[in-house]
Amino acid sequence: MNVYLDNNATTAVAPEVIEAMAPFFRDLWGNPSSMHAFGGRVRRYVDEARQQAADLIGANRSEIIFTSCGTESDNMAIRGTMEAATERLNFITTRVEHPAVLEPARWLKARGHNVIELDVDSSGRLDLAQLQRALSLGPALVSIMWANNETGVMFPIKEIAEMVKAAGGIMHTDAVQAVGKLPIDLREIKADLLSLSGHKLHAPKGIGALYVRKGTRIAPFLLGGHQEGGKRGGTENVPYIVGLGKACELAKRNISEEMIRVAVLRDRLQKGILETCSDVRVNGDQIQRLPNTLNISFLYIEGESILYHLSDLGIAASSGSACTSGSLEPSHVIRAMGVPFIAAHGSIRFSLSRYNNEAEIDYVLEKLPPIIRELRSISPFGRT
Amino acid sequence: MWEYTDKVLDHFRNPRNVGVIEKPDGTGEVGSMACGDALKLTFKLDQKKRIADVKFQTFGCASAIASSSALTEMVKGKTLEEAEKITNQDIADYLGGLPEQKMHCSVMGREALEVAIHNYRTGDTSKKILEGRVVCHCFGVTEEEIERVVRDNHLATIEQVTNYCKAGGACGKCHNDIAAIIARITGETPPPVQKEKPRRLTALQKIKLIEETLEKEVRPALRKDGGDIELIDVIGDRVIVALRGMCANCQVARFTLKDVVEAKLKEFVSQDITVEEEPSK
Repeated sequence: MNVYLDNNATTAVAPEVIEAMAPFFRDLWGNPSSMHAFGGRVRRYVDEARQQAADLIGANRSEIIFTSCGTESDNMAIRGTMEAATERLNFITTRVEHPAVLEPARWLKARGHNVIELDVDSSGRLDLAQLQRALSLGPALVSIMWANNETGVMFPIKEIAEMVKAAGGIMHTDAVQAVGKLPIDLREIKADLLSLSGHKLHAPKGIGALYVRKGTRIAPFLLGGHQEGGKRGGTENVPYIVGLGKACELAKRNISEEMIRVAVLRDRLQKGILETCSDVRVNGDQIQRLPNTLNISFLYIEGESILYHLSDLGIAASSGSACTSGSLEPSHVIRAMGVPFIAAHGSIRFSLSRYNNEAEIDYVLEKLPPIIRELRSISPFGRT
Repeated sequence: MWEYTDKVLDHFRNPRNVGVIEKPDGTGEVGSMACGDALKLTFKLDQKKRIADVKFQTFGCASAIASSSALTEMVKGKTLEEAEKITNQDIADYLGGLPEQKMHCSVMGREALEVAIHNYRTGDTSKKILEGRVVCHCFGVTEEEIERVVRDNHLATIEQVTNYCKAGGACGKCHNDIAAIIARITGETPPPVQKEKPRRLTALQKIKLIEETLEKEVRPALRKDGGDIELIDVIGDRVIVALRGMCANCQVARFTLKDVVEAKLKEFVSQDITVEEEPSK
């Protein structure tokens, strides 16, 4: 049996998405900017996809810029805002962001910007008083993720955006892990900029989008074309844009129902592991958490070993352990939360999607405990 | 996934000689939970002083488990003198090679064996023989260990040293020391370490330092002539000042700005600083 539980890394492309994309390779290959029928026919599909993406997050069509990936969206949001700003802005972010935000933060720091990285507590939660203090230091661009990719912990973005706007700041949120997993309505959430990525919601890799609220100043990211309102030049990636649109439509249609089903499966997995394996700890807040994510540490053993044994049995997951990344330290998220070393090296992330089912979860629950026991019997720290 | 050889995967999936020998002749424990891998090795000798039985316990990744398992197979039946000659490269070779970033797993095996033999000969039960100066404090790696991996594996860069024994893999403060060790052993000039970055000041520290420099190095001279200087703004490395008092209308003082003030600020604060006079309103 093959069980894919690494959906925070990437997702399977939905069959409906592939179907929607296919005509744009075969027949509808025109350039949407062209002044002839080949292009004209295509234009409206791009517009439609833009509308589908906007609908999923409660935005207007004109506020959506298509990009090549979530990382590009984050870079564009941060560097484009800083460049367009009329005054020098502080940059406020958190220690647990994706590298697509942390690296631009480093880039800004090297250019003399005041960069403030907010801490998280042992459950991965922010201290909003610390954010308030950071906001009081002067005008700022704030970039805080909606949900963490490793732990699934969700930040109170509504409240954060209100604080940022009240302080006169600009609010960006990396919502790559949230879009398609949670209902999002930007008419209620005051974020100015929001990043999303296609391949996290069953569209293919190579397509993303940046939401830019009307009136937000942002410098163009790619120069050399009128496309995307002049903010991102380059001929539109039409098949992928159509694919993203379709994926957004699918997500919107079933989001509430599907996510309840996914949460039930995730909880079944968590409960099953806690019942069958000793010395485990769930990492991150269990209430404010994405419905599909479980990050769990198996004490006294190391994550890479667990992943290889799981992989031998057809089960795909990921780990925040040092050995999996080739670095020598556990992931920055695990370290920021102060997870003790005894647990940090043995953290495993299971992330589900709407394509998982109960039989798969039960298969994992059958195969995992013997692996844990086996590795503990090899470990000098193991208690068997 | 890592590109592990079939032999690595075989020893990971079916580790040989797992466990602890009761009343062993020698015990070697290296690594720690904090470091992310650890190995406990125990052996028993036969009457001919050959290794009759050897067992291991490992906390670590697939290649750490495979390296430990391989080591136990390699030393069985050997005398201690023969076993001592095994290098980490021998362990890696036995497994058909290890990814460069995983070579430290083979080094851990060799170290555990050394500690276990040392334990047999001296009765010393210390977890790790810390001889010489600790160079990498993050992972507790001594100068001697770094020298050893550099010699055994003909290493030439800091990155390689990190891959082989973890030294320098966290905070990076010891990179200069590691470069010096490599240079001493290879007899060559040290590989270029990242140029020491100009110290990074926070905006507040920078302004304070600029103000201090103006106060100590610039103002005394101006005041002698009845003038003064005021710090108006700091925008990145642009320092905006205004001349006051007698200096305010003095043409010579304009030269003072570039030649004296900027030179002093470059010297005491940062090479990148430029000084401008506040535009007259």
